[in-house]
Amino acid sequence: MSSRQHLEFEKPVIELESKLKELEELYVEGRSELKGEVAALAKKVTDLKKRIFSGLTPWQITQLARHPNRPYTLDYISHICEDFIELHGDRCYGDDAAIVGGLARIDGRAVVLIGHQKGRTTKEKIHRNFGMPNPEGYRKAMRLMRLAERFERPVVTFIDTPGAFPGIGAEERGQAEAIATSLMVMSGLRVPSLSVIIGEGGSGGALAIGVADKVMMMEYSTYSVISPEGCAAILWKNGGKADVAARSLKITARDLLKLGIIDKVIKEPLGAAHSDTAAAAKNMKKAIVSALGELDGMERGDLLKKRYDKYRGMGIFKGD
Amino acid sequence: MALRDSRAEAENRNGKTVKVPEGLWLKCNGCGEILYKKEIERNLYVCRKCRYHFRINARVRLSIVLDEGTFKEYDNTLKPSDPLKFEDLKVYSVRIKESWKASSSKDAVICGEGLIKRKRVLIGAFEFGFMGGSMGSVVGEKITRLFERGLDENHPVIIISSSGGARMQEGILSLMQMAKTSAAVARLKERGVPYISILTDPTTGGVTASFAMLGDLIIAEPKALIGFAGPRVIEQTIRQSLPDGFQRSEYLLEHGMVDLIVDRKDMRDTLSKVLDLLVPEVPAKSARGSSRSKKSPHAPN
Repeated sequence: MSSRQHLEFEKPVIELESKLKELEELYVEGRSELKGEVAALAKKVTDLKKRIFSGLTPWQITQLARHPNRPYTLDYISHICEDFIELHGDRCYGDDAAIVGGLARIDGRAVVLIGHQKGRTTKEKIHRNFGMPNPEGYRKAMRLMRLAERFERPVVTFIDTPGAFPGIGAEERGQAEAIATSLMVMSGLRVPSLSVIIGEGGSGGALAIGVADKVMMMEYSTYSVISPEGCAAILWKNGGKADVAARSLKITARDLLKLGIIDKVIKEPLGAAHSDTAAAAKNMKKAIVSALGELDGMERGDLLKKRYDKYRGMGIFKGD
Repeated sequence: MALRDSRAEAENRNGKTVKVPEGLWLKCNGCGEILYKKEIERNLYVCRKCRYHFRINARVRLSIVLDEGTFKEYDNTLKPSDPLKFEDLKVYSVRIKESWKASSSKDAVICGEGLIKRKRVLIGAFEFGFMGGSMGSVVGEKITRLFERGLDENHPVIIISSSGGARMQEGILSLMQMAKTSAAVARLKERGVPYISILTDPTTGGVTASFAMLGDLIIAEPKALIGFAGPRVIEQTIRQSLPDGFQRSEYLLEHGMVDLIVDRKDMRDTLSKVLDLLVPEVPAKSARGSSRSKKSPHAPN
């Protein structure tokens, strides 16, 4: 409640919701004649939310994907996992807090879970580097994937990053090599894999832990080769054209499902995941359990071939 | 784009401006020297003064490393489409047509086969002049086909990269080319088919962060800009100036990111030697039926 941050288009809803709350309080205090009014206002709130959330532009969805109250990897983990033991470090250089990972249990089954992690408070944001991993983050992720392979556990990844960190140290320690190798490792991983884009799917830094048998997106997450602002700055020399770029780039879950890049859109509660994390997590858990179930029976060779063929088929061109 | 004709006024040493006639002269991007174009061509587009390696187009690159007249192009009918109907100041299809006019390729990479000192290789070279060598669906497809052919035929693959990264105008489809090409490299590695990656000025973004950094050997041309993020993006993010020589080949070598730096004039010899050392020629007679014949790319199939 304390961090009441909201987006411009959420404001009418927030205002109405606070009115509703006041009214409800009066009703609870004994003003029983307000019952009808409370019900009417509650319906009005729901209708308004439905209207706003059914007509969101790609740029508004981008803002939701980055919403300061949006659930992050560890929030989802606490909702969907019975157990989680975080494991640290790449055994090489350090431990990158922008990527978390470890052993987890979801609906009774043991998996290796890896995800980008953003911070909530200023201090934590800095600690997590705003969810932008350094090479050691990807190397930690790869180490955990290898671990999963050895103990035959499926790999589940959560994607939520503005992108891999563009810094001096990151370049010196081989950001490009770490991402490239991770793509290669994931493409040949001998256990089932599953990725869920929960917030921002920022380019190579997202894909690096997103090459999987099944890829799903939360309804108001985005996945893009470049941020709308970055794209606008390059093409229009004007970051203010981000809304046009967001539309142009086709970055929403619905568009990516249509393009065949992802397998499923996971429904978020009305008002988006941050308005009811438990409900969002419940939908996600159901989708994960069912997707893992589908991958369960597959023979390793078939699994690898199918994964290869899936990415092999991506791309649209003329000629031949 | 690369061999920028410095018809613009160039400054000479005394600070006086000199008019450089179009076509005849080039200004070196490395040391600012005005160079006679004919001579620089003879020198494989490398400045004699400072060894700056000019950006050159894909066909020139191929001609420098391959035996004369041995290049046979593959997949040259593949053309980009506009799958996202991308909104832009300039329509994507117009950008494509302009690039067709300006370059010798239908997209940003030329792939095929050829001989290096009579050894057959599968080889691709990027055309930086085609939308900054950016990787979209066509580039990803051609590179993947080259890798797959290398796998099928057990022949070494060489890719000479020069790219700004993924092509924005194809959105997520461009991003997925990183996964597609890297998955193909994984198969080469599994089977021990050599893949040599050559990085030239500039190689950044999605190309670096996929197949370009996955070579069994990674060779860089001198002073090439190589990195994940572009220097401008890094400077804007961290708000401090970058160290001298940052993201240049020599810097990468020092940080353990590339195997060696090779001058353009020595590239052909180096590749030939590497091929000899990495894929031993199996004596033609004993090759058949032996287990090693599977490994030899030079043995007749």
